[in-house]
Amino acid sequence: MQLKKNIALSNSGFVFNPTTGDSYSINQVGREILGYLSENKSLKEITVLMTARYEIDTPSFEKYYFDFISMLRQFELLEDEHEN
Amino acid sequence: MRTKITVALTGLNNTDNPGPGVPVIRGIRESEAFDPRIIGLAYENMEPAIFMDGMVDKTYQVPYPSEGSDVLVNRILEIHQKDPIDVLIPNFDAELYAFMRSEQVLEKAGIKTFLPTLEQFEERHKADLPDFGKKYNLTVPFSKPITRLNEIADLEDDFEYPLMVKGKFYDAYLAYNEEQVRMHYNKISAKWGVPVIIQEFIKGTEVNVVALGDGKGNTIGAVPMRKQYITDKGKAWSGITLDDQRMLDLTRRIIKTMQWRGGMELELMKSHTNELYIIEINPRIPAWVYLAVGAGQNIPEALLKLAIGMEVEPFRDYRVGKMFIRYSYDLITDLTAFEKLSILGEL
Repeated sequence: MQLKKNIALSNSGFVFNPTTGDSYSINQVGREILGYLSENKSLKEITVLMTARYEIDTPSFEKYYFDFISMLRQFELLEDEHEN
Repeated sequence: MRTKITVALTGLNNTDNPGPGVPVIRGIRESEAFDPRIIGLAYENMEPAIFMDGMVDKTYQVPYPSEGSDVLVNRILEIHQKDPIDVLIPNFDAELYAFMRSEQVLEKAGIKTFLPTLEQFEERHKADLPDFGKKYNLTVPFSKPITRLNEIADLEDDFEYPLMVKGKFYDAYLAYNEEQVRMHYNKISAKWGVPVIIQEFIKGTEVNVVALGDGKGNTIGAVPMRKQYITDKGKAWSGITLDDQRMLDLTRRIIKTMQWRGGMELELMKSHTNELYIIEINPRIPAWVYLAVGAGQNIPEALLKLAIGMEVEPFRDYRVGKMFIRYSYDLITDLTAFEKLSILGEL
């Protein structure tokens, strides 16, 4: 799962897709995950990082993660369909 | 050292349905190559740019093209005799025919233009869009020109509702049933004449490209934009530049295959399946061109350079994510200015 290369992601949580002109605002947790996706981190790596940082177990995190990913896909923010 | 140049242009109606005059003037005034004198050509005596500070240096009233091409062109030549014009930039679809037809006459008098050829102008007409799509292998919505009210009843043989009802030059309305088509047909035909164009409705996001072709197949400039706020007249009240290679490739392909000469606005609809449909090709610079200037492509300046025969290097890039937001503003002026223009036909 990889964020499209041209997606602009600001520290304030503002996301801009320059291909469609759409913009979104996300919270701190979403911003962190997008940051990891833009660094090409795998689900496993992201899960380790997020469960270490927040009080959440792996199955719960993955559930929210896949919800979030399906939303990103719907908004055409992801590069491709392959999980790394 | 900036070159002194006198540019005459139309489209001074900076209203809620704005002409491109003001943004074209702003682009030219910001040029580092030219020291311009701007002559405004006004069809109506309350076109805002006539009275705006820093826009036109002189205004002349001109007759509508509907009074006859020769009447309009003769008025331009009359103005040229007392106030010589170097370059003329027409900014309305409805007047282009008159100026294209008279290009040689204007050139002979010393007035340069940079317009599409009559053939290019004709083949991209809304009424001929399906043939145009076929000829250049481009995706266009199905459309059909109609000239009589009694053709409306048969539309359901070719179209599914809703559909678009469009004027040959301007105006477009969405119609959900026969009755609404009839209402829009009457409104449009009274204003713009026939044919009225019936077009398949493509659901999606409206995106546009402002571009400039050099007439030899090269794209000198092209900036794609998405309308972010659209008025009830369908005009962009704000927009943002996009990074969309497919839109740019499509623009370059059209300019190359048509050998397009002059400014152009490509109106596209991006469907939910991400397919790009060509809705319209407008044969002139659009009213939102100043966004391109702000993003790094001074298309009005480049057009001016092409008109006077200068070599122009194509723009390589532009800034993505640049936005424009229009606003309205109450301008206070004296009756004397209005009176002078009304009585003398110039200001």
